[in-house]
Amino acid sequence: MAQVFIASCPVCGAEINLTDPVVREVVECSDCGTELEVVEINNDKIVLAEAELEGEDWGQ
Amino acid sequence: MIEAAIIGISGYTGGELARLLLIHPEAEITYASSRTHNGKLIGSVHPHLRKLLNLRIQSFNPEKISDSCNFVFFATPHGVSQTMIPQLMDRGLKIIDLSADFRLKNLNTYVHYYGRHTCPELVKKAVYGLPEIHKEEIKKAEIVACPGCMASASILPLAPLISEKVIDLEKIVVDAKIGSSGSGVKPSRSTHHPERANVIRPYKVAKHRHTAEIEQELSLLAEADVKVSFSAHAVDTVRGILATIHSFPLREVTEKELWRIYRKFYGQEPFIRIIKRREGLYSLPDPKTLIGSNFCDIGFEIDEHVGRVVLVSALDNLVKGAAGQAIQNMNLVAGLDETTGLFFPGLFPV
Repeated sequence: MAQVFIASCPVCGAEINLTDPVVREVVECSDCGTELEVVEINNDKIVLAEAELEGEDWGQ
Repeated sequence: MIEAAIIGISGYTGGELARLLLIHPEAEITYASSRTHNGKLIGSVHPHLRKLLNLRIQSFNPEKISDSCNFVFFATPHGVSQTMIPQLMDRGLKIIDLSADFRLKNLNTYVHYYGRHTCPELVKKAVYGLPEIHKEEIKKAEIVACPGCMASASILPLAPLISEKVIDLEKIVVDAKIGSSGSGVKPSRSTHHPERANVIRPYKVAKHRHTAEIEQELSLLAEADVKVSFSAHAVDTVRGILATIHSFPLREVTEKELWRIYRKFYGQEPFIRIIKRREGLYSLPDPKTLIGSNFCDIGFEIDEHVGRVVLVSALDNLVKGAAGQAIQNMNLVAGLDETTGLFFPGLFPV
């Protein structure tokens, strides 16, 4: 049976539902769009952190 | 069933009202008037509506309007509806005015920005038609005064931070860009193609008249005087407004706190979307994604370097900035779900 976890986005605080997450999986927050990495799963608790990404800086 | 009259149908907001009412499941256009196109079919003035609306434009006639309508939209230039609305009062009609005539509660302020007002007694009856701020009053209103397009784009992003007393009320700078349809259908040298094409023109960098209603509404929310520095620019698009707003928090704020504030204020509002992503072309609001829709997108960014919160809002000036918002108000007055006939995502790409 699928296990559903509820986590909080560390950037915007949105509630994120994850089904059968695995450590190092990258998910997107539906509100702020931040790519988040599952860094820890402990029983019914899940820890998310911002995944690394390249930023934009246009202009001269 | 809503039977609607559109007074001033020949302009862009009149045409947009006709387009949106045409696809509204609970409304029908039964009367249309214009000073300049008497006798013509609506489709001959608005080519996108050809063969869809078999209705002739007539001159303004209060008797005919009250016989055939229960809602009357005014898409007339400023100064016109105040001369016509008194002729429609006490006939059981609901009035939705898209002009500025009934927006400002302070008569002196109105006179300062727009000139003489001929029926100040009706101003008290009018409700400022920004549904996200005045929903309950709009439901009971006899006259709804729809906000200006750039006022909507300014008030909506600022309202949550003002309500929560997060930002300095005397240091608010709004830099708004608007497409050519915002200047209306009447041609002038400034709207002539060689002058208007490829333009990024500051056209009212101080004393813009929308400043008055922005300050009026934000002061009500703040329960204190709010001062707004507003500057407008004409850009080379047909539709759309982008407002970049510089505000200065009174204390340290975090991104997560701002998300909480905006979710609390707009979480239940169907036409407000908080758009703030870390990456990508459309990480902040962009009017390009909103053309034809009734959404107002709002985003923010904290600039710790100077202690600034930058707000960004975008909308289609003819829809959420005018006709769409007017129909949202009509829905509320009529007791309908406010999204009825309006839940149209923007055209993309345009």
